[in-house]
Amino acid sequence: MQNDKNNSLIGYWRENLALMLILLSIWFVVSYGFGILLVEVLNEIRFFGFKLGFWFAQQGAIYVFVGLIFFYVARMNKLDQKYDVHED
Amino acid sequence: MDIQTLTFIIVGATFALYIGIAIWARAGSTNDFYVAGGGVNPVANGMATAADWMSAASFISMAGLISFMGYDGGVYLMGWTGGYVLLALCLAPYLRKFGKFTVPDFIGDRYYSQTARTVAVVCAIFVCFTYVAGQMRGVGVVFSRFLEVDITSGVIIGMALVFFYAVLGGMKGITYTQVAQYCVLICAYLVPAVFISIMMTGNFIPQLGFGGTLADGSGMYVLDRLDGLSTELGFTAYTDGNKSMVDVFFITAALMVGTAGLPHVIVRFFTVPKVRDARKSAGWALLFIALLYTTAPAVATFARVNMVNTINGLDMQGTEYAQAPSWITNWEKTGLITWNDKNNDGRMFYSGDERNEMKIDRDIMVLANPEIANLPAWVIALVAAGGIAAALSTSAGLLLVISTSVSHDLLKRNLMPNISDKQELMFARIAAAVGVMVAGYLGINPPGFVAQVVAFAFGLAASSFFPAIIMGIFYKRMNKEGAIAGMLSGILFTAGYIIYFKFINPGANVPDNWWFGISPEGIGTLGMMLNFAVAILVNKLTQDAPKEVQQLVEDIRYPRGAGAAQVH
Repeated sequence: MQNDKNNSLIGYWRENLALMLILLSIWFVVSYGFGILLVEVLNEIRFFGFKLGFWFAQQGAIYVFVGLIFFYVARMNKLDQKYDVHED
Repeated sequence: MDIQTLTFIIVGATFALYIGIAIWARAGSTNDFYVAGGGVNPVANGMATAADWMSAASFISMAGLISFMGYDGGVYLMGWTGGYVLLALCLAPYLRKFGKFTVPDFIGDRYYSQTARTVAVVCAIFVCFTYVAGQMRGVGVVFSRFLEVDITSGVIIGMALVFFYAVLGGMKGITYTQVAQYCVLICAYLVPAVFISIMMTGNFIPQLGFGGTLADGSGMYVLDRLDGLSTELGFTAYTDGNKSMVDVFFITAALMVGTAGLPHVIVRFFTVPKVRDARKSAGWALLFIALLYTTAPAVATFARVNMVNTINGLDMQGTEYAQAPSWITNWEKTGLITWNDKNNDGRMFYSGDERNEMKIDRDIMVLANPEIANLPAWVIALVAAGGIAAALSTSAGLLLVISTSVSHDLLKRNLMPNISDKQELMFARIAAAVGVMVAGYLGINPPGFVAQVVAFAFGLAASSFFPAIIMGIFYKRMNKEGAIAGMLSGILFTAGYIIYFKFINPGANVPDNWWFGISPEGIGTLGMMLNFAVAILVNKLTQDAPKEVQQLVEDIRYPRGAGAAQVH
């Protein structure tokens, strides 16, 4: 029994880490990638009245950040249930 | 009714509201005082966190800074929001599960060491005082411009107010007051932005308007017009910026990581009832912050176009000084705008080359915006109330961290472990009171380096707390030797670099002399990497953390069993 519990906890932690790494990669790509490193390339592209790289640096990255957190919250709540580690 | 009277009424009404809330939410125990009894709703906590985070600098200075920096301003926009992703994913839920009151608490317990705790306390107090002095100054500036009292009286009024609700209500009073302050400051920011967006682009959403076309019939995109104006006047194109890519990268990272390591932000996530509320609360906080942070670059763009058009005239020949709009003469009185008629033609001209005749302080852009756009008097009064709300909410949050650090981390956990809950609460209140006085003193007599040390606060938080907390959660074998060595080398390196370029040899503070082209603002990122590297190396050479500590780390990884924050 105890062993099963430990195994499932390891599974929970692995899935948590995997989710975290995926979301942090997106976090890195939209800000450091699109907003900074690739800004000149993306600035060749028009997005309404914006140059796309500029838009990511001053608007887009922030919207993605908000989305990332809420997505993480929803997924983690499910994960907590799945592994039965949720509160009350 | 004139602007003066309206401002008094609106600011007075908001003050009455804050005081009312403070009386309603008095703190009865240390638990109430430090973490609001751990019972704050996550949406309310998100709002309070947003108000706590958005200081006078965000409200008053940021749009102005971006307006003068163009693309480079993105370092603040991404840097001060991206940290919340780190907080929500890597820090908040685990620190909440850990269930103590403060960051030094976590560092001290996780690394089973009083030395680590003391290092953390000293950093926390230093970071908070740096910050709070700037806030008090912000209160003073708003008071002196809009209520026409002198800066000293402005600071004293602000001090009295913060004293009242921070000392009385502790975290509980502060949290609920901050919810109200968020509402005031976000209205004050959005209302003029929406008005100006409609005037300039016909679109009532500023975030869309600034990517739209001008409403003057030219059909030109706002940003294209601004790029054109900028190059014509001898600046770099607005959407290009001046900083090197390396520097932009490192500054953004230092601000992000610094945000995630700031004690007054982290402590927010101890105030919610559950681990899942801590995650959710970070999401709400960022949403509320994003409302202002996505509006700011729009405000910056509109303000710059407006300003250039007003000063240089639509024909780019310069506006006659005799015809100058009233906002120019109003702000000239404060010394924040100056005009020097170099070619004696009686006309003002603003540019980035030798034709320039104007000196314009970046801080006035947001405050002057409603006047530049000829908005009604009540909007100007609202902006004044918003600026004060932003400054007060942040100072209160910081003062709380200072008082907690002293009464809890320093006295209860270190010097006087036997004091009762009641005595500890009394010490917390005394510490808050002393903190208010010191902050007020620094606000009235600002040391010349207030602006300089802001880089310090973020750099220190990034290079000290952040790696120690991250490794505390994700690297369970990390021991106290590694953590302490890491923190010390991170801090010393970062502080040394900043002190050298900002204080010892400011003349050398040019890109050619910087290591790898990294400015002192961005050096915290390198300090953070150093901290990680040293900590891991030292950990390899010494014994792993003891079994029971590793067990503790295991335990904070799973949400179940997070009770209320514990009184030890």
